[in-house]
Amino acid sequence: MKQDIILAGVGGQGILTIAFMLDSAALARGYRIKQAEVHGMAQRGGAVYSHLRFADSEILSDLIPAGQADMILSVEPLEVQRYLPYLHRNAVVVSSVHPFKNIPDYPEEKAVLDALLELPRAVLVDARQIATAHKMPRAENMAMLGAALPFLPFELADFDPFIRAQFERKGEAVVQSNMAVLAQGFRTGMAVKERLDAGMPADVAFRETHPNP
Amino acid sequence: MQKRELLLGDEAVALAALDAGISGAYSYPGTPATEILEYVQSRAADYGVKASWSANEKVAYEGALGMSYCGKRALVSMKHVGLNVAADPFVNSGVTGVGGGLVLCVADDPGMHSSQDEQDSRYLAHFALIPCLEPRNQQEAYDMTREAFELSERFATPVMVRIVTRLAHSRADVVTSARREQNALKLPEDVSGYILLPSNARVQYDKLVKKYPLLEEVAAASPHNQISLEGDRRVGILCNSIAYNYIREAFGGTIPHPFVKVGMYPMPKAMIRRLVEAVDEVVVVEEGYPFLEEALRGITGAGKPVHGMLDGRLPRTGELTPAIVAKAFGIVSEIPFVPTLEKLPGRPPALCPGCPHADSFRAVKLASGDGPKVPIFSDIGCYTLSFYPPYNAVDSCVDMGASISMAIGAAHAGLHPVMCSIGDSTFGHSGMTGLLTAAYEKLPMTVFILDNGTVAMTGTQDTLLTGEALVKAVIGLGVEPEHVRVLSPLPKNLEENARIIREELEYKGLSVIIPRRICVQYKR
Ligand SMILES: Cc1ncc(C[n+]2csc(CCOP(=O)(O)OP(=O)(O)O)c2C)c(N)n1
Ligand code: SF4
Repeated sequence: MKQDIILAGVGGQGILTIAFMLDSAALARGYRIKQAEVHGMAQRGGAVYSHLRFADSEILSDLIPAGQADMILSVEPLEVQRYLPYLHRNAVVVSSVHPFKNIPDYPEEKAVLDALLELPRAVLVDARQIATAHKMPRAENMAMLGAALPFLPFELADFDPFIRAQFERKGEAVVQSNMAVLAQGFRTGMAVKERLDAGMPADVAFRETHPNP
Repeated sequence: MQKRELLLGDEAVALAALDAGISGAYSYPGTPATEILEYVQSRAADYGVKASWSANEKVAYEGALGMSYCGKRALVSMKHVGLNVAADPFVNSGVTGVGGGLVLCVADDPGMHSSQDEQDSRYLAHFALIPCLEPRNQQEAYDMTREAFELSERFATPVMVRIVTRLAHSRADVVTSARREQNALKLPEDVSGYILLPSNARVQYDKLVKKYPLLEEVAAASPHNQISLEGDRRVGILCNSIAYNYIREAFGGTIPHPFVKVGMYPMPKAMIRRLVEAVDEVVVVEEGYPFLEEALRGITGAGKPVHGMLDGRLPRTGELTPAIVAKAFGIVSEIPFVPTLEKLPGRPPALCPGCPHADSFRAVKLASGDGPKVPIFSDIGCYTLSFYPPYNAVDSCVDMGASISMAIGAAHAGLHPVMCSIGDSTFGHSGMTGLLTAAYEKLPMTVFILDNGTVAMTGTQDTLLTGEALVKAVIGLGVEPEHVRVLSPLPKNLEENARIIREELEYKGLSVIIPRRICVQYKR
């Protein structure tokens, strides 16, 4: 077993929180882990990524070799583009549809989403909608983590203790809401996965699972 | 008692130092080394150690040396360019030698993720004639740091642990080992070694030079330096630690050629010679500068073809990646997907919405009017991001403290008005000496000290000089109190701030303007 995942987004979107959750879950299941992350300048609203690798044997490089990643998990749709060369042929792209526009030359939104939906295994999720439905606008990252789980060797419940550890000081309601956002993300991810597995094109799967855009 | 923990490379170094029984940790923030002291701080109470930020890396290094003088163990950590600032005590601590174990962890930044250069600290270890350990993963970061303290005390020398961004900021599971007690306070029996008058220094330098061959023997026998003569001898590989990971990754785990991996310096010369004798040609792969490669090529050459950065087999600049290393051995993997969007815009870092620096630079712009741009000599910190549009504010950023000192040169050159800007932490780091010089010479300059109450760029660590203490320091250095102006950089004060700045720009003497507002990222 080996999983190579590129986490992507913009500084401030909570990429490192997702990384922490996945690391902790992988450690608890006894996997070996390497997770390279970006600190420093880029965290001021720049492009931020993390290379996360876990396996049941020794992991050599901290960076994932190009052409070998199993997944891009992105909290921002444009950011996916930067990392496509890391993917292998059967890899999956799990991305939020909501753009983060802090640059003057952000491309047309539709072009960004269409480009993603051309990929054979694209799982697009309206993370903002899930997060706001639970009154947790800053929890888009948790919705995206949930959406990725159907493709990973974890179960939803694996994350309970780490969500608790992360959010406990903000109160029980926040812990519960984050768990609910994660679960909702999971259900959406699963719904898309079932459709892709049945041979449905990514754009159709997206539309079927997101009836009210 | 063994435990498995998930640690950044930085944290593994910090925890190892704690477990090795340090009594103090010293540092100045700097990516990618910042998390070392932060981790020590998070466990300082439990371990009973001193751990606080110093005003700069030189102060940090000297603090560690003082702790070591008293017989106790100390860790000092910094980013690579910080070692330029601390170079004086660093080199001379090799000459004095140490009491309690003294370990310097320096974090290099190949690829310049958050730095102004990608200098390779192995040269500085060599220059100071001290040993250097170079971990290849988080486990080795832990183990080697513990070993470094033993080595330091055994040979009475400072020891460098060199890490790079990819290790510093990458997490992995690490097995830790039992805690060791701290050393008791014990002063040196003979202090002459610490008094580097020429007569003493010559004796000490002689000792240092004689110590080096002993360190070479230790390095030659160290398990961190590995040789294998198995496999296809048409090519041999010489590499350092991180490069070794990428090479194994490229070959699917096992290297099919003879190789030498160097993880401890002084470099194992005899081992490298055996490799060269056994193979037809050598490929050198190192994260950093061509340190091993230059030594191998020497002046007359290795006697065999050598490939590396110096003949373009590998790039001379930037960071190694698994793909770059694989390509150096002719291994290319399939890349099924490329960006599908026609134009992919970059996303550089930017000032946060609501950042006080943005309001400061807007006021400066308004005050300077529509004429040709007056250059602003600037410095290193978040405010450097005002280089990007829409601000286009700053006109230089070289090294910490250079803003005020370069402005002095510009004033001498006849430029007027002369403006410079520096953050509060950078001012405490190495701006004060520049301001002292300018005040002594009564130079006509306008100095902006951007007081956002924290070291923002590296993640909001504590700044040592802010608020009223900063104003007092500025006046104490000799600036006329009526030309020390504190502003509140808020959009509603734009006009008023511009008016004050204009007044000071018209003044033909030294003024200091302090826009003061807390960084919006600061929490506490
Ligand atoms: C010699 C050296 N040490 C450390 C650093 C890392 N560094 C870059 S900016 C900065 C601090 C800036 O703080 P401040 O001047 O208060 O500006 P702010 O980021 O808060 O705006 C540090 C420590 C460096 N570049 N060079
Ligand atoms: S971290 Fe603080 S100082 Fe830096 S850009 Fe953001 S608000 Fe400004």
